[in-house]
Amino acid sequence: MKNIKNLFIEKSIHLFLLISVSITILTTLAVIVLLGKESIAFFSEVSIISFLFGTNWSPLIEPQSFGVLPLVCGTMWIVFGSVIFAVPVGLLVAVYLSEYASDKVKSFLKPILELLAGIPTVVYGYFALTFITPLMKWFNPEIEVFNAASGAIVVGIMILPMIASLCDDAFSAVPSSIKQGGYALGANTFEVIKDILIPATKSRIGAATVLAVSRAIGETMAVTLAAGATARLTGDPFGSIQTMTAYIVQVTMGDAPAGGVEYLSSFAVGTLLFLMTLVMNIIGNQWVFKSRIRVV
Amino acid sequence: MANTNDSLTSVIELGNTEHESVVNQKRMAKRKLYDKLFYRLCQSTILLALVTLVILVVHIIISGVSWLSLDFFTNFTSRFAEQAGIKAAIMGSMWVLVLTAAFAIPLGVSAAIFLEEYAPKKKWVEWIQINIGNLAGMPSIVYGLVGLTVFVRYLNFERSLLAGSLTLALLVLPIIIISSQEAIKAVPLSLREAAYALGAKKWQVVFLQVLPAALPGILTGVILSISRAIGETAPLIVIGALSFVAFTPASIWDEFTVLPIQIYNWASKPQEEFHQLAAAAIIVLLVLLFAMNFLAIYLRQKYQRYKL
Repeated sequence: MKNIKNLFIEKSIHLFLLISVSITILTTLAVIVLLGKESIAFFSEVSIISFLFGTNWSPLIEPQSFGVLPLVCGTMWIVFGSVIFAVPVGLLVAVYLSEYASDKVKSFLKPILELLAGIPTVVYGYFALTFITPLMKWFNPEIEVFNAASGAIVVGIMILPMIASLCDDAFSAVPSSIKQGGYALGANTFEVIKDILIPATKSRIGAATVLAVSRAIGETMAVTLAAGATARLTGDPFGSIQTMTAYIVQVTMGDAPAGGVEYLSSFAVGTLLFLMTLVMNIIGNQWVFKSRIRVV
Repeated sequence: MANTNDSLTSVIELGNTEHESVVNQKRMAKRKLYDKLFYRLCQSTILLALVTLVILVVHIIISGVSWLSLDFFTNFTSRFAEQAGIKAAIMGSMWVLVLTAAFAIPLGVSAAIFLEEYAPKKKWVEWIQINIGNLAGMPSIVYGLVGLTVFVRYLNFERSLLAGSLTLALLVLPIIIISSQEAIKAVPLSLREAAYALGAKKWQVVFLQVLPAALPGILTGVILSISRAIGETAPLIVIGALSFVAFTPASIWDEFTVLPIQIYNWASKPQEEFHQLAAAAIIVLLVLLFAMNFLAIYLRQKYQRYKL
């Protein structure tokens, strides 16, 4: 009797746990099926070629045009602008944390990094709009109120803690014997970092960069507030742009009727966004995973 | 790698002819200079990061602190900046906090227990793990689109608290699973073996030994994930949470707003006063989030017995 009871407890717990896990699979299925379904509905009205390669995005004004490249261009400005300074700075911060900082300094700096990572993106958007943009306008008054550069800077600040902590993880996985070998041969700290630490972790630094790119692509509120709502294919980082994410916010904030082509367009853009970040995440996670096996 | 070889040869060549030793001295000086410069570079980068954080916080406090009054907490939002407050937003955020935690924590922790303690070492489990990693990296706005179709339209929850909280629960679920897994992984095998040796059943080992031991670590992860949900704006905007709400929600079926949406709404107005209101609301939000963060860090440092 007792055995049966135990077996029953064991089985029901097992079942409940299995159900919890299956929620994650259901979420993924929901993402794929729903985004796919609404996108197919969208592409029955707008051809996929003119969506992917069209250079004019004006979904809300007649004549409607759904060429997604201006939105992709806006997102790319944010991505390149933010990653180009956040990766080197994040790398240096991680180097300082792992090679120079004393334990005391480290125990003070690490929580601050975590705090910085925990600040909501809408706060960064506010900061860009009311501090960074005015600062830029002070140098050059011709800069527009909403501009890509301000958004890129603030997204760079946002992804910095993530890059720093991923690189720091990578550095601490390097066996100290290798570094000590370098010191024993007479190399100084800079040389150990440059010739041992960085080469040994370069695939994980690459992974951190890829994951940071993915974060920057998906970033929404900061760029909605700071970078504007003008979808255009532009080479000018100091003008107003619109990212893919900002467009989804714009459409869903307005009352686009469900099933209408504007409404559906947000799902088509969402699908593109999802695919871009998915590819980045798979590559990034794969690199972290692979290098983990090799280093340890 | 060339430079290591350089530095090696310079060590080996010590004590050669006079001319060479002058060259060596120069090279040594150059190496020392680079070393020092690089150290200064790292130092100033850290300083730059800290200064940025300080500027951010100080800028927000200066802009917003004069608007913090009792009225600010007890008034609803208004077209007039002087009368506007965050009552609806703060109540909405509290509802969302509780509901999201209620949905996401049990599911997340159980999923972590399954993956760490019960799952067989098979290919499909590995796929689930990869899937969870990718879900954790999915942009929050995509969760918004999913919430909009599933909860708002198919299940007809309208723009209710329930729809918003369920969407956010999906968003934080992978993060809770991953952090709980780390905490469970950190519990040493010997604890499990000792319990089995005393005749405990599997569920007793997992729920009476492993889970309590991993609890501080799990809690830390859970608090950090829920604080992420509190700061989230985009998915709630997508599912249609309102920015002008002049009532506090009374049930999970009511429409609602939250602090980040209120901040976004005020910040996107052109008037200076509304920007200051946004700053005041940011102060409230940041105090809430920093308090949660400190609690998490405190718990981790005080109670965590096992570190990975």
